[in-house]
Amino acid sequence: MDSAEILATVTLRAGFNSAVVVAGTACLGIAAGVIGSFMLLRKRAMVSDALSHATLPGIALAFLAATALGMEGRSLPVLLAGALFSGVLGVLAIQAVSRFTRLPEDAAIGAVLSVFFGVGVVLLSHIQTLATGNQAGLKTFILGQTAAMNRNEAMAIAGLALAALTACVLLFKEFRLLCFDPGFAVGQGWPTVRIDLTLMGLTTLVTVIGLQTVGLILIIALLIVPPAAARFWTEKLWAMLVIAAVLGGVSGWLGASLSALVPRLPAGAVIVLVAGALFLFSFLFAPARGVVATAWRQTRLRLAYAEQAALTALLHGRHPPSRRMEGWLKFRGMLNDGALTQPGREAARAAERNRRLWERFLIHYPTLVPGRANWGIDPIDRVLPRDLVLELESFPESLSP
Amino acid sequence: MDMLFSLRSGQKPGDGPVPQSSPLEVRDLTVAYNRKPVLWSADYTAPPQGLIAIVGPNGAGKSTFVKACLGLVPSVSGSVKVHGSPLGKRRSLIGYVPQRESVDWDFPASALDVAAMGRYSMIGWCRPVGRAHREAARACLDRVGMADFADRQIGQLSGGQQQRVFLARALAQEARIYFMDEPFAGVDAATERAVIQVLRDLDSAGRTVICVHHDLQTVADYFDHVLLLNTRVVAAGPVGTTLNAETLHRTYGGRLGPADVPGTRKYVAEAGAA
Repeated sequence: MDSAEILATVTLRAGFNSAVVVAGTACLGIAAGVIGSFMLLRKRAMVSDALSHATLPGIALAFLAATALGMEGRSLPVLLAGALFSGVLGVLAIQAVSRFTRLPEDAAIGAVLSVFFGVGVVLLSHIQTLATGNQAGLKTFILGQTAAMNRNEAMAIAGLALAALTACVLLFKEFRLLCFDPGFAVGQGWPTVRIDLTLMGLTTLVTVIGLQTVGLILIIALLIVPPAAARFWTEKLWAMLVIAAVLGGVSGWLGASLSALVPRLPAGAVIVLVAGALFLFSFLFAPARGVVATAWRQTRLRLAYAEQAALTALLHGRHPPSRRMEGWLKFRGMLNDGALTQPGREAARAAERNRRLWERFLIHYPTLVPGRANWGIDPIDRVLPRDLVLELESFPESLSP
Repeated sequence: MDMLFSLRSGQKPGDGPVPQSSPLEVRDLTVAYNRKPVLWSADYTAPPQGLIAIVGPNGAGKSTFVKACLGLVPSVSGSVKVHGSPLGKRRSLIGYVPQRESVDWDFPASALDVAAMGRYSMIGWCRPVGRAHREAARACLDRVGMADFADRQIGQLSGGQQQRVFLARALAQEARIYFMDEPFAGVDAATERAVIQVLRDLDSAGRTVICVHHDLQTVADYFDHVLLLNTRVVAAGPVGTTLNAETLHRTYGGRLGPADVPGTRKYVAEAGAA
């Protein structure tokens, strides 16, 4: 395999069949990214994992039933119907366990996931010993295989994925309300149980159509990893959905292309590796919540604290700044020949007022400090409402230490 | 007050008894979690005017009462009527301010996004939030002094600001009757003043406001009516006549010490003497 061949596949020029498969998987990634975002915000990510694992016994049973009836056991619709049936059964089992016992939901998920998967593996081993000899394809459902996929199947996947995506876009407002505050939604009269079931149904749909390409062990990654990566980039829901869709689509696209080139390479693993790389990049470099951006903000914050302290000290003629701080203040045009310049004095006074108000706020309302505000540094007028700032200003001086 | 009431219901004073249904009628409401009753056969009829406080010790079923009225928790028995009709038909009349801790504030949403959620049931299924509704939500943020923070992610707001956003969302519902679960819990003094101002405005606009309230000290200052709750309804009525040493003692039992509630030292001292 040379680079020209890789390029041809990735850019959809390696034959119509491969192009359809790649495009279909990309559509799957887009739909999974959007639906997974809502599942993540609904705090149901692990339920979808249990759902996908619970499909295995259904696939095996559908194969056995179809073979017993003299039908073609590997017929895709039959297998997917079985997967759907046992997947839904698994989710219902989780709900029953967590509702009628005092077990926490994660324990219920763990129990159902492993038992269903175990039953599936046993059934699969049993099928291996049968004389039908047509069972080879079943294993691709575990880790996924795009190479074996035909054009019609890929088109069906693309169609269903886009339908799920459309439903998600239409129900954007309802899903947002459900994920943020289901209690308020009930109070307003929204049928939250039905909206929840719709979201769960869309997740089931994406899981089942993704079984063949991504495989049941790793489909969860396509539902969780792109949304989790997208969350690093933004504080807006619609932007998170768009970014998750793009990341999911790219993962599906590249993963399916690479898997088509190397038939023995499980597509699911490749797709997940691509998604994982995108996640790692987002985790490190996303400007909103990434690690590097956070570290940079903290460094700047420390510098701002030091600068304020030095300015206040200079304003009141207390100890002179350190050599490094002196250089920094000169660079900022706030210090000249060991004395504060006009902008320097203004900055010092503004910093002093800001610090005084912050101190009063912290003394009077210690539990109310906004989540991500930097005490004493962020301009208090930008952080607190005006009436509260006025109140702080009206406090007598003696209340400040 | 009589005159105001009569004017609003379109009746002249002296027309005789008006068959005016109460904003909220609760009959024999019982709620149980895991076989343990938290609310036992509660009866309550809300007065047509005045701010109402629900008061009682921790675990007395105050929040449960509100949630059962809204249909958020299943009741074992009893009925709830809003302006004379069963709850299901009156959803659009009801506004709700849940406890601040009930949601994850790290959610990717701005203050305006949350306030606009109050409009969702008016907008209806599958339609986006239009400009008119967004502007209405923005006006509600303005009423609680949060207009400058409309585009801020909600996790970056302080506790008091988050409470104001919840209040703005309820205002955006344009309801007739508001249930609020501890709207004054853990907020700063400026927010407390802003909230009480909004509540008084709602009251004078003829809306019913029912608040779970934890601070005995301020009940008499902020509210006109009180519902004393401790699993059962202990007493209900105007604050002046209902809130006294005897009823407080029956509501809180031995759990109330003067140190806990400085403002009610007088009541408690009387309760001790009684």
